Amino acid sequence: MAGTQTQESGQDGGEVILRHRLSTRLWHALNALTLLVLLMSGLMIFNAHPRLYWGEYGANYDAPWLKVSSARMGTREFGFVQIANSRVETTGVLGLWEDQDGRQQRRAFPYWMTLPSRYSLALARIWHLAFAWVLALGLLGYLLWSLVNGHLRRDIHITRREWHPRTLWQDVKAHARLRFPKGEAARHYSVLQKLAYAGVLFILLPGMIATGLAMSPGTDAWAPFLTQLVGGRQTARSLHFLFAFGLVLFFAVHMAMVVLAGPLKHLRAIVTGRMRLEEEAS
Amino acid sequence: MSRILRPHGGLALSRRGLLRGGVVAAGGLALSGCDDLWRADAAKDVLTRAEDLHRWSQRTLGGEALAREYTRADLSPRFRANGSRGVADAAYRRQLGEGFAGWTLRVEGLVARPLDLSLAALQDLPQRSQITRHDCVEGWSAIGQWQGPQLGGLLRLAGVSEKARYIVFHCADLYHGRPYYESIDLADAFHPQTILAWQMNGAPLEEAHGAPLRLRVERQLGYKHAKFVTRIVAVDSLQGIYGGKGGYWEDVGDYAWYAGI
Repeated sequence: MAGTQTQESGQDGGEVILRHRLSTRLWHALNALTLLVLLMSGLMIFNAHPRLYWGEYGANYDAPWLKVSSARMGTREFGFVQIANSRVETTGVLGLWEDQDGRQQRRAFPYWMTLPSRYSLALARIWHLAFAWVLALGLLGYLLWSLVNGHLRRDIHITRREWHPRTLWQDVKAHARLRFPKGEAARHYSVLQKLAYAGVLFILLPGMIATGLAMSPGTDAWAPFLTQLVGGRQTARSLHFLFAFGLVLFFAVHMAMVVLAGPLKHLRAIVTGRMRLEEEAS
Repeated sequence: MSRILRPHGGLALSRRGLLRGGVVAAGGLALSGCDDLWRADAAKDVLTRAEDLHRWSQRTLGGEALAREYTRADLSPRFRANGSRGVADAAYRRQLGEGFAGWTLRVEGLVARPLDLSLAALQDLPQRSQITRHDCVEGWSAIGQWQGPQLGGLLRLAGVSEKARYIVFHCADLYHGRPYYESIDLADAFHPQTILAWQMNGAPLEEAHGAPLRLRVERQLGYKHAKFVTRIVAVDSLQGIYGGKGGYWEDVGDYAWYAGI
């Protein structure tokens, strides 16, 4: 993010700053693709056993806290998602749906969401576990590089002033009114932005990696603390799923913000790095 | 990022075009292209090769580490059985009826002394009992107590050759019409928790769980734990054994031979 240097007006009046460094742009692109592959192959893996449990063990005879399935009531068959004891019918989308060839399927997630776009646990695992390395090494490299070049300290670090409830509330109100920073203020991430990015960098992505590793029987032998920390392998599997949906939620909000704050401006910034500051309305 | 750049108005449009093209291309690749990419041998090769990385990293970081063991209080109330839950073979049915009194386990291949061991002989060998978590490749887990002789002890008894690299387990069951088999390398074969279990939760193995004998290789996923084991062969290569990939699921379905993750 740009610091505060002398203004230099561009042709259209706004100053052009280097919004995103090359390291951020490269990692962002690689990570977006990696997360898409991991999500889609992960949904296929979930289809192999569409039930989630808490604790160390959990299989068909044990009670799941979440289940995606289908059932029949009289002559009518329906798909549903069940959380604890409440069911939501999801026919057509989850649990019971038609595939691309018009065949009725009783899997949890439809094939248009999964990788590969059919049922193959073996192939989904090959994609998922290979790209897990890309995620882990990419994140490690990016965090180290961002520590060295000052990105974390300058752009992500949340200052004491920003933690102040009044600052937070101001930013919540600004977001709610869809008032996005202009001029000088647009040089920096707002505090909610920082919280979202820090949440992804330091909680969700490391959480995905840690809970993923905790599910590996090989890793559990030499790093049992990972599984024990969360309270069991099935808890790790549940958290893996929840963190993944945390990332999906982040993605949805992230996209909404880009669209509302000027999609072309922000797309250009994440590809070329450059962004033109808008004049402050006075 | 404190440099100030001059705008390049003339380039902006083409960049925008590039950008759109890029987004469409990336989306297309990710959403539908992955299936096509998989059909390209090079991509399949690279992705499948990651299995070596999994094995190498786990072995390097894990060494001889033991899988976690639990107490009786942690046992699954009911342990799910899957894969083959029974064996149709007439000889097996007869042996099951006789409590496996006339059954023997054959140990052969690259060994100095091929063995034929009765169930009683296996029960007389030094035993290891362990309460471990069984993790299925599908995602579920169950905790059970297993008892039997260590595979390493058995291999020493047979005088396994230095040329041996893998231990292959042949099973009595057919799964979807094909003989089930599995294999592990010597690092896992001589791991202290790798046992040939004849007892589960304090009782002789039930048919659904692989009576009379199943492999426990605790740091790997369930499909490696061959059930209904009748013959153990030490080999220097997996080539030429059924599909050559070292196991039933490895041969028929692209499942990884190293199933530690």
